[in-house]
Amino acid sequence: MTKSEAGNFMSVQFAALSENESFARVVVAAFVSRLDPTMEELNDLKTVVSEAVTNCIIHGYDSNPEGIVSISASIDNETVHLTIEDQGNGIEDLELAQQPLYTSKPELERSGMGFTIMENFMDEFEVTSEPGRGTSISMKKTIVSKKALYN
Amino acid sequence: MNSHVEMEHHRGVLVVRLSGELDHHAADYVRMEMDEAIMRGQVEHLILSLKELQFMDSSGLGVILGRYKLIRSKGGKMAVCDATAPVKRLLEMSGLFKIMSLYDDESSALSDLEVAL
Repeated sequence: MTKSEAGNFMSVQFAALSENESFARVVVAAFVSRLDPTMEELNDLKTVVSEAVTNCIIHGYDSNPEGIVSISASIDNETVHLTIEDQGNGIEDLELAQQPLYTSKPELERSGMGFTIMENFMDEFEVTSEPGRGTSISMKKTIVSKKALYN
Repeated sequence: MNSHVEMEHHRGVLVVRLSGELDHHAADYVRMEMDEAIMRGQVEHLILSLKELQFMDSSGLGVILGRYKLIRSKGGKMAVCDATAPVKRLLEMSGLFKIMSLYDDESSALSDLEVAL
């Protein structure tokens, strides 16, 4: 199957710096805009990108800016696939990490809601992690475009 | 700086108006601005106005929860007002309204908290 048959895609890599969080949100929002998402759908996507990238920076790399965060996104008909990953610390206990309100860094005043938000805002959500190797989050969301709502 | 903090004192109530984007990047700045005002002045209660806040994620929730703990430790109350639909949804999801009230606007939050003064 060629790339064009598989649909549109993009990928970006950037330094694990907090100022790149807004950049990541904007890049994904711009890429998805051709599906004509509603404001709510766009906000959901921006929020999950923000959560995942923040996790890479804080937990994956312990805020070390030498780390690299990767985002790849593709559009398959009306469905957006997002993969956000780091090659950082990884997660020891995935089940614990996904508990609402759990945070491994309470001293940083984290709310512990990142994974809960990603699960709630996306249709499909999967996290794979290997301690010492990194964490990858794959998510899907089908965009009900404004055109469909009007019809 | 993609986030702004505007503050106003009404007797013992500190009104904080947040605008822009409150994410992990902005969290430290917003936290420091608010804590400085809370510790410096005669602040008993805190009202957070979120009318102009265009974006917030779980880092913002952490900032709000942290200020709640600070104000509570001083015996005060905290309220939120004017949250936009997406911000309100996030606050609801995290169960924040179980511990603090949401008001439609600043004046209704103020009149409620000033009664408590």
